[in-house]
Amino acid sequence: MSVLTQTPPPASTFDIEKVRRDFPILHREVRGKRLVYLDNAATTQKPQAVIDRIVRYYTEENSNVHRGVHYLSEVATEAYEDARKIVKDFLNARDVKEIVFTRGTTESINLVAQSWGRRNIGAGDEVIISAIEHHSNIVPWQMLCEEKGAKLRIIPVNDQGELSIEEYGRMLNSRVKLVAIGHISNALGTVNPIGKMTELAHAAGAVVLIDGAQGVPHGTVDVRAIDCDFYAFSGHKVYAPTGVGVLYGKQALLQAMPPWQGGGDMILSVSFEKTTYNALPYKFEAGTPNIEGVIGLGEALRYIGGLGVANVAAWENDLLRYATARLQEIKGLTIIGTAAEKASVISFVLEGVHPHDIGTILDQEGIAVRTGHHCAQPLMMRFNVPATGRASFGLYNTREEADLLVEGLHKVMEVFC
Amino acid sequence: MSDLRELYQQVILDHNRNPRNFKELPGATRKVEGFNPLCGDHYTVFLTLDGDVIREVAFTGSGCAISKASASVMSATVKGKSTEEANQLFETFHSLVTGDTSTVDTGELGRLAAFSGVSEFPARVKCATLAWHTLRTALEGEQETVTTE
Repeated sequence: MSVLTQTPPPASTFDIEKVRRDFPILHREVRGKRLVYLDNAATTQKPQAVIDRIVRYYTEENSNVHRGVHYLSEVATEAYEDARKIVKDFLNARDVKEIVFTRGTTESINLVAQSWGRRNIGAGDEVIISAIEHHSNIVPWQMLCEEKGAKLRIIPVNDQGELSIEEYGRMLNSRVKLVAIGHISNALGTVNPIGKMTELAHAAGAVVLIDGAQGVPHGTVDVRAIDCDFYAFSGHKVYAPTGVGVLYGKQALLQAMPPWQGGGDMILSVSFEKTTYNALPYKFEAGTPNIEGVIGLGEALRYIGGLGVANVAAWENDLLRYATARLQEIKGLTIIGTAAEKASVISFVLEGVHPHDIGTILDQEGIAVRTGHHCAQPLMMRFNVPATGRASFGLYNTREEADLLVEGLHKVMEVFC
Repeated sequence: MSDLRELYQQVILDHNRNPRNFKELPGATRKVEGFNPLCGDHYTVFLTLDGDVIREVAFTGSGCAISKASASVMSATVKGKSTEEANQLFETFHSLVTGDTSTVDTGELGRLAAFSGVSEFPARVKCATLAWHTLRTALEGEQETVTTE
């Protein structure tokens, strides 16, 4: 039975109609057509519950957190710290002390590069990343290595978009201090074997950071099962507001790390003679945080938990298989990234048509895809393409939308052929 | 689809498929690279100047249909023109694609008028103007790489 005739997961496990009703923006029109939003790897839309929660925060609860003895400040602080607990549970971390709120994945990685990296990486040391990383998991390490005289080494990728674990194993030696790897590739959809890679890294005495920006939206993330030392993700990629993200770090590591940004809230006491720093996780949360963002993130994770992470993954997997099969029917279309294990991200090129033109024509049909290098220029060069079109499916997308994408691509070919 | 037809006119599709002056120019007086980091459009413009006149112009590179067609039409348009005329055409073209048509007489534009549709697609303006920015830098005698940022 082909995937095209297989039926998607039954409504009893995933009521897609109800889910779509939860997301108000999905019901707007774009260019006179219904919105077909297939750019979830760039950012996701927000459920009414998250929108309402933020409005309620400002209508009834708003106050600065962690100070003040008045009622609103207590309420705001409780909402903020509740969100921290929700994140801790979502990641299966051991302790809330291990959950630091940041501005997003990029900031989380920079925090580790500057705080942990500067103290632990020296001349002659090595940092391993892969050939398919997002710029946010390349540039901070380039900057650190240049500053410290360390060497950046790259795990090669095969033509399917899979990392060579054999080669990775050979690269691990006593000079390697850090391995920084994406959980899921935003450009190719490849799911990397981060559990295995962490195990190998630890055996060689290296610390592991996982860029989880695409990991958290697409399935269960159990940081203790993976055993990574750091895990970073962004709220806006998982149905939460922009401007908020998380750095998970093992307590012992975070404890030993010097503070990153200095200022209010990350201190215990300040005098001009000496300043002492706050305990975890506050040591890494200087200044007034993005309180609305954090609370929104807590609500988003609660929403996904309500749907069931496994149900979401099953729904998206069906979409991936269906959309892949339908796209492969198109003559002249090549899918870039055909790893055995993938998330619902499909990069493609169309013979004779530049991705930028594909994107413009699809946009006229109300279809939002991303075109370009997806903040992964080294990856584009490896696959010998200047850019790709990328359709990335989220929990509210449907097979019908995959059909509309295919129809749109036929229109593209009409214009160009 | 009518908006799209205005953007992807026959002239543009033709010049994308068969770009004119699409080759290197050995012995060129000027050679400048232009680059749109957002989408990867990347071209090199070659010029041979004879005093003030653009005797030869050619380009190589790759990119979207709008950028390639624009480079092609540009090359055909400025060949044989003076530096001053070419710069004037740049200004006119820029006004055309950004929708500032108050100063533009489309009758004078010839094939350049095919790009008038770009004004409805702000995200594509940089594609249309990349080759022209690169040309202007080449005319000014600068050797830097031009980017759209």
